[in-house]
This record gives sequence, C-alpha cells and structure tokens, in this order.
Amino acid sequence: MWSRRQGRLRPVVCGVEELRRRRREREAVLRKARREQQLVSKRLLRDDAPEEAGEGCVSAILGETEVQQLLRQAQRGTEEKRERALVSLRRGLQHPETQQTFIQLEGSMRTLVGLLTSNQAQLQLEAARCLHELSHSEQSTVAEACLPATSYLLTYLSSHSSDFIELCLYTLGNLIVESEAVRRQLLPQGIVPALAACIQSPHVAVLEALGFALSQLLQAKEAPEKIIPSILASTLPQHMLQLLQPGPKLNPGVAVEFAWCLHYIICSQVSNSLLIVHGALSTLGLLLLDMAEAVQRTEDTGLELLACPVLRCVSNLLTEAEMETVGGQMQLRDERVVAALFILLQFFFQKQPSLLPEGLWLLNNLTANSPSFCTSLLSLDLIEPLLQLLPVSNVVSVMVLTVLCNVAEKGPAYCQRLWPGPLLPALLQTLLFSDTEVVGQSLELLHLLFLYQPEAVQVFLQQSGLQALEKHHEEAQLQDRVYALQQTALQG
Amino acid sequence: MQLPPALRARLAAGPGTAEPLPVARDPTANAAPFRFAARPVRFPREHEFFEDGDVQRHLYLQDVLLQVADVPEKPRVPAFTCQVAGCCQVFDALDDYEHHYHTLHRNVCSFCKRAFPSGHLLDAHILEWHDSLFQILSERQDMYQCLVEGCTEKFKTSRDRKDHMVRTHLYPVDFRFDKPKKSRSPASAEVQGNSGERSEGDAMEICTEPVVASPAPVGERRTCSHRIPATICFGQGAARGFKSSKKKTKQH
Repeated sequence: MWSRRQGRLRPVVCGVEELRRRRREREAVLRKARREQQLVSKRLLRDDAPEEAGEGCVSAILGETEVQQLLRQAQRGTEEKRERALVSLRRGLQHPETQQTFIQLEGSMRTLVGLLTSNQAQLQLEAARCLHELSHSEQSTVAEACLPATSYLLTYLSSHSSDFIELCLYTLGNLIVESEAVRRQLLPQGIVPALAACIQSPHVAVLEALGFALSQLLQAKEAPEKIIPSILASTLPQHMLQLLQPGPKLNPGVAVEFAWCLHYIICSQVSNSLLIVHGALSTLGLLLLDMAEAVQRTEDTGLELLACPVLRCVSNLLTEAEMETVGGQMQLRDERVVAALFILLQFFFQKQPSLLPEGLWLLNNLTANSPSFCTSLLSLDLIEPLLQLLPVSNVVSVMVLTVLCNVAEKGPAYCQRLWPGPLLPALLQTLLFSDTEVVGQSLELLHLLFLYQPEAVQVFLQQSGLQALEKHHEEAQLQDRVYALQQTALQG
Repeated sequence: MQLPPALRARLAAGPGTAEPLPVARDPTANAAPFRFAARPVRFPREHEFFEDGDVQRHLYLQDVLLQVADVPEKPRVPAFTCQVAGCCQVFDALDDYEHHYHTLHRNVCSFCKRAFPSGHLLDAHILEWHDSLFQILSERQDMYQCLVEGCTEKFKTSRDRKDHMVRTHLYPVDFRFDKPKKSRSPASAEVQGNSGERSEGDAMEICTEPVVASPAPVGERRTCSHRIPATICFGQGAARGFKSSKKKTKQH
C-alpha cells in the first residue's frame, strides 16, 4: 500500500519482541511529551546502500582533525574522491559527538554550504545528506547551525531533481520544528510560496516529503496566528485537497501527510469556511467511502494512519456555522458516510481500539442536528452494532449513549424504532456500571425512552430496573435524575 | 462487532440521503433534572482527546510503527552515457542520471553555460546578464526583480535588490545565485563545477574579482573515461556551441 520508498526509511530488522519493547518505550515518551505540549518528531532519511551497511553498521566518531581533513578532501581532487570524503563525513555525522565537533569547527558550515551549491551533482547530493544528518539532531545548537543553508534549501525546492528536492524537504521539515527562531527566518525567506510552487510536482516521494515539512510547520505553537493565514491565502489548500481525492492516483503515504496538515489547519479554527468553500467536506467524505472500501479489501494496511486525521477534519468541519448556509453540494448528506463510518469502526475495534472515540465523535457530529442521519442509523440497522461497543471502555460507552440520545431526542417516531429491541437490556446493563458519566448518560436515554415510548416502562420494571436505579440514589450527580425516573416508572 | 450484511451493499450503491422520520419534541424532554442537548462537539488543537491519535502519528514519523522491510537496492541498468552534447558522464542508475541531468543540463544559460537550480533563476540571469534591452529599460524603471519565490518587488539596481533580499527576506549577503554582473570574460566563470583544483573560497566567492583561470594546462583534453563533462572548463579548449547566437534558447 505504501510507496516503494517505505523500505528506505526503516531501521534494520530486529526481533519482534524487541520491536514491541522499543515501541512501548517510545509511546511512553511521546505521551509525556504530548501532555507537556512538546510533541515534535523529526524524520531521518537514511539511504545506505547494502554494501555500505555491510562495512559495519556502526561508523566511527570523527575527531576535529579528521573532520577538517575530510572537508579539505571534499574541496579538491577528482569528483569521486571528493564524494567519498563527503560520504565518510556523513557517516561520522550520525554521531552526536561528531556533529558537535563539526559545528564548532570554524568555517565548516560555510564549506558545506559551498559544496551544497557547487553545481557538481553528486557532491551536492552528499553535502545535502550531511546537512540532513545535522538537521535530525536533538540538540538545538546543531540544528540551528544549519541556518545559513536554508535560503539554498528553499531555492532548490524549485529545481527539478526529485531526489534532491525530497532531501531538502525532509531537512527543512526537521529544522522547522527546532525552534521559533528557525521559523522566524524561514517565513520571510519565503517558505510558504516555495512549498506552494513545489506541491505541483508529480513525484510521489517529493509530495510525501512536502506534506511532512508542511505538517511540521503547521504544528508550531505560533501557527494559528503567524503561519496558517498565509497558507490559507496561498494555493496550498486547493492542491492539498486535490491530493486527497480518492481514485487511482491517490497515494496513501502522500494522503496521510496532507490529511494531518488539514487537521492542524482545521482544529486551529482560523478560517475553516474557506476550506468548506473549496469543497473540503465532499472530498473528505468521498475519501471516507474510499477508505471503507479499502479496509474490506486488504488486511493490514496502516489505514488507521490516514483514517484518524480524516475523521478529525470532518468532525471539526461539521461544527462550522457556515454549514447551515452553504449550499447542498458543500454539505455532507450522503448516508453512505454513515455506512463507511461503521465499517471503519469495526476496523478500529479489531485493529486500533484507541481510535473508537474519534470515530464515535464523528458519529455524534453527524447525528446531533440531522434527522436524516438519525434515520439512516435506524434504517441501516446500526443500533445493535453500536450497542456492541458499550463494553469497550467508559469513554466509548458515554459516546455510544450520546449518539443514541441524539436519535431518541428527535421524538416518538425515532423511539418507536428503538424499542422493542436490544436497547433496553443494554441500558439495564450500563446502569450497573460504576462510572458516573456512563450512568448519567444512561439515565438521560432512559428518560427520553420513557417519554416517547411509554410501553418501555413496564418492561423496565419487570426486568428489575428499579433495583438498578436504586444503586445510584446516593450519588450526588445522579440523585435527581434517579429520583425522577423512579417516579415516572412507578406512575407508569 | 457484527455489521448487518446489507451495509456493504449500501456502501457500494449510489449516493442517497435518507428521508427523515418526522421530528416531534416534547418540551419536557430537557426539563430539569434532565439536561441532554444534542450538539456537535468541537475539539481544539491541544485537547487531550487527541492524545492517542497524535502519539500514533508520531510513532509513525519515527518509523517505529510499521514492520521493517528490506532496504531495496537502487535499481541498476546497463551503463549508458549522458546524451547531452559534450558530456560523457556514464551512469548505471536512473536516479543518479536524473539528478545529474537536472543539476548540470536542465537550466543552463546558452550564452555563458552557467547552470542554475531553477528556470526562474535562469530567466532572471539571462535577462539581467545577456539582454541589452533590459539594460536600457532599467535606466528608466525598476527592473531588478526580487529572486525570492512569491515576492513581486522590483528594484532599480542589483544592489538595491540585494539589500531588499537581505533585509526583508533574511537571505545571506553572499547568496550564490545573485551575483552582480561583471565584465564578460571567458575566465570569469566560477559557477560551473570544476574538476576541482578549486580552493575553498571559490564556491562562496561571488562578489569578488573574477576568479583565476583554471590551472589545468592549456590544451588538455578531457577524455571520456573521466567523469567530468568536457564543457566544464574555463573557456580553454571547451566547445562553445552558441557563441554568437543571440537567441535565448534554453536547453531541455
């Protein structure tokens, strides 16, 4: 499913257990970072040919003299010799110690930039790879030492060598997240127009890299005020949406990056009406349909990486006030979206349960103010599948119950279709939960059911409903509602 | 989680909107103590609701998520030579050739053989260096266009333009692709990559005197076994195909 280049980004094969352990560690680190609102990641593009890797995966740390020597060698001699010197330098730069040595050496960056702009194809590429290693550093001093190169990296975005452009983009993407100081240089240097020109490239690898760099830019803290407005004013939004259109030309790796870009833009609430006018909702809706079909066709696809941002975008866009005024074409009305969403929910249930809340969030936003979508839920027999999600977690339970309330609150015609059926037994179950929010939402739903479908009361009583209610009569947040329901049941 | 079998069929069928059942709300529905109100929910950027999905995203970026695969080798092809006149560089991988071609042959000035990274910079160069009409017009109006993509400012002199690029766009003072025009001498071309008896300063030396002529002995012919194109040489012995042509022909 992913582009052929995927393999180039992978680390060396390890045992499965080792991978899992590493993943758990990384996940813990990332969660902590996110809670501190410091979640940034850099991307490393390493392209060692097998014969190079065979020379021992661990390259040596280079000392000051060695770095100087390699830099000298890179500036004179045959192109082959110069290239080899740069390759050695690049391997050394995989080590933080060598990186520090390099940036502290006077004139080293100047030399590297000179080689970057030297018009000798292979030297340029190798110099760019050295720069890329530096950009990936976690130490800001190293990454900031790359600043003199940025105007050239941007200039080369309008060149034509796709490998080179790709490298420049990943390097820029790494530098962008480094600090606001870096971005304060890149913005006046014209990064937005440069990206807008580059997005017209036909090369998949370039587009994926561009999406990555753009997503880094959009994640910046100052993005809503300083960056997103100029991006919305450029031609980038139209091109992004084009790249998300389903069809034979849709590349999943590219789509993932731009879906995240859109998410960062949309959840910043800068000017979502502009995106709606560009047809974002219909494009993303069609993409949802496409993903639901893809999920049925193939096994392990990594589709959740794309589904997550798309769901978020649609959910947030549905809250825009403009939704009411914009014409039918721009709105989302097709009931196939509901069908697609449930297919995706099933997929999440099996592969990535942590995404169930996000899918249910979309379902809430679809059904809250839409009698049509509520009707679809009923006519497509989706109530029972929804109820099957109740045991997953408290968060999921609350959301399932909320969606059911969305349906029930629309009146008797809707509640008639909710009963008889599995709903009441399921509610009697959730009343036994200890989580206050779950029980609270169950009480709300019961109230609506009793109101619009009074026959349900009898069955409720017969199934020991009162005892279930009694369990919560001391809970402060639930008392009033418990009491009210008890009264209704006894009078009914 | 079991889905009704008809669901997939619905997805495969055409678009449609369900005819909504009649809505009829009772005013006591959200009377106290009950408080449910159906409403769409919006989550802002940093909301903790997004934590799980964000973490997955970053795991992917850090390449831990998907299973590893073998690093595919660069596909090799039978060796071939660059077909551009005068260039005899040999390749056995298409990616290398693509990069070579685009760097050295794609945006080359037909007058002075300088190569530029983009068509945009090549156009600016030809206009400012080789177009006499430009010189005349620039005496009366601002003709020097800012070189930064997306900026439409124009300036009276190349110096003014450089000041603008440095001050407004934070470009380096010695930006390599914005050199003031010098007297045209065959030996002044330092832009072309050279077989490299170059010294360190050269690549960055742009506002100084024309660079010394290549130390390569006069009359040395580069043979095809070297990987350096024969045209790259300081005007000594290199074939100049378009010497007197005024046509602005871009090589493609």
